[in-house]
Amino acid sequence: MENPSVSIKNLDLNFGSVKVLKDLNLDIGEGEFLVLLGASGCGKSTLLNCIAGLLDISDGQIFIKDKNVTWEQPSERGIGMVFQSYALYPQMTVKGNLTFGLKNAKMPKAEIEQRVARAAEILQIEPLLHRKPAALSGGQRQRVAIGRALVRDVDVFLFDEPLSNLDAKLRADLRVELKLLHQRLNNTMIYVTHDQVEAMTLADRIAIMKDGLIQQLASPNEIYNRPVNKYVADFIGSPAMNFFEGNVIGTTFTCTDAKIDLKGYAFANSGKPGGEAWLGIRPEHVTVGGGNGFSADINVDLVEPMGSDTLVWTTVAGQPFRLRMDGQARVAIGDKMTIGFDPAQVSLFDKHSEERM
Amino acid sequence: MADTAAVAGPRGPKPTKKFSRRNIFLYGTLIVIALYYLLPLYVMVVTSLKGMPEIRIGNIFSPPVEITFEPWVKAWSEACTGLNCDGLSRGFGNSFRILIPSVVLSIAIASVNGYALANWRFKGANVFFTILIFGAFIPYQVMIYPIVIILREMGLYTKLGGLVLVHSVFGMPILTLLFRNYFTSVPEELFKAARVDGAGFWGIYFRIMLPMSLPIFVVAIILQVTGIWNDFLFGVIYTKPENYPMTVQLNNIVNSVQGVKEYNVNMAATLLTGLVPLIVYFVSGKLFVRGIAAGAVKG
Repeated sequence: MENPSVSIKNLDLNFGSVKVLKDLNLDIGEGEFLVLLGASGCGKSTLLNCIAGLLDISDGQIFIKDKNVTWEQPSERGIGMVFQSYALYPQMTVKGNLTFGLKNAKMPKAEIEQRVARAAEILQIEPLLHRKPAALSGGQRQRVAIGRALVRDVDVFLFDEPLSNLDAKLRADLRVELKLLHQRLNNTMIYVTHDQVEAMTLADRIAIMKDGLIQQLASPNEIYNRPVNKYVADFIGSPAMNFFEGNVIGTTFTCTDAKIDLKGYAFANSGKPGGEAWLGIRPEHVTVGGGNGFSADINVDLVEPMGSDTLVWTTVAGQPFRLRMDGQARVAIGDKMTIGFDPAQVSLFDKHSEERM
Repeated sequence: MADTAAVAGPRGPKPTKKFSRRNIFLYGTLIVIALYYLLPLYVMVVTSLKGMPEIRIGNIFSPPVEITFEPWVKAWSEACTGLNCDGLSRGFGNSFRILIPSVVLSIAIASVNGYALANWRFKGANVFFTILIFGAFIPYQVMIYPIVIILREMGLYTKLGGLVLVHSVFGMPILTLLFRNYFTSVPEELFKAARVDGAGFWGIYFRIMLPMSLPIFVVAIILQVTGIWNDFLFGVIYTKPENYPMTVQLNNIVNSVQGVKEYNVNMAATLLTGLVPLIVYFVSGKLFVRGIAAGAVKG
């Protein structure tokens, strides 16, 4: 990548003998919205703290705007950070919270006023400026927390699960606001979350992490459609992907009592397709009434109506199987139907390496 | 439409009986225990307001027939300890001159200690903390004589400054623990946010942590004020008669074997000495409980 906004080179971080981040390399482009996604304990927040300079790294280098900031203090790195718990200073007013960093930087009063006014206008928190954080709602608090990063006029915004403490509706609202904010400011943003909806909706690129390693770094579309390994495939998508264990011989997938013709499937390597494998198919790619590559007759075991769509649980080849149907479909337990899917939409993973085939 | 007609049976808040057997038992016990603890105080107040002839009648529970403040005045400004006959007023002054610097010094140092231990995990922090806590378990008796030598070498033995130093040092383990636990309960993200905002060690301490920790400071002040004010051992060992704190003077007044035992003066002197901790508790009781609770729940 040319002129990355943030560049992480060979980053290692150990807590005692525990290796949390292992030889991690990551380039984030100017104005990019990058989401670090992963389960708890995968090192995503740790990585963010390393970029912020809140944790001392064990090895490697961090560049922000082509400047080596590996040894710089957090305040000197040109970053602003928003925390899950808001982390507003409880004894200061909203204005006090916004100006704390600027006062520490000994900025002239007039400029402080100007910046606070701009941030308050962008985030629509002008009426709240003289209140204490305790008198704000969760959404307002998070807006102030964003404002605190905004006034510092930084190159890079770091978000550490900023929406996780909000209720579902507010989270959806603020998610849209964040996206609008990014479109308006066009700053580089690095966003940590364990919520895949946030990741899919907000990100230009998603980095999926597991055990301190980046599993896949790609656009949401790519990650959803062409996951590089079984972990990513399983992690992304709700309800999760269905998996079948079987064998790939030539262009045919064989499992206990079914044969699936893989015509139309784009194999990752032209090398040797074949051997033991997992076949994954997303519930939303399953069609009722048979498909052109595979079809099976099923009994409905369980129905989860969700309004916009209906999730149907059934059993295929002796394994639980989920499929997504239209929300208006009338399905009852015990119903019989024929389902199928298009082999072009499946994902195949090697049984042992779990890499995409 | 639903049937809204009232149906017989329980409805609305459940009625409570004021004079249930449980309540009578509970409040009865509480009242008896409260009286048990208040009785000595009552006897002291009553006796201190009586003249000696009335005391000699021997009925210690009867209220004074003729109220006199003579014993209080005598205890404050005339009672004799050894050769000096200027009452407790001198000890009161000494105690204050010991108390104020000791409280300020010990709390200032301990709060910074606790803050550093809780938020800036420097190398060897755990070792340092363990040593400090270990200090809380060493019996005072072991250290009395070594401290005498140290103070003598420093030229502070028998001086008020020496006693201030001793009190500050001995308050350090428990106060540091208190502050460390409180600061640990402050969300770490707040501290991180302040660092991103460019505040340094002292900036975060004074502008973020201090304003948030009034309750724990009140707890520390109360602990130190009562502890140092009530101290007798260090006062009698590390000072000389002119510098004796109030407790030591009280002991000398009450235990003087010459002449008649003036019970009324003794009671008045004791009440005067106990007045400072008593006032501290009354004024700050609510904050004290809040601070203790905050530490306990969040710690």
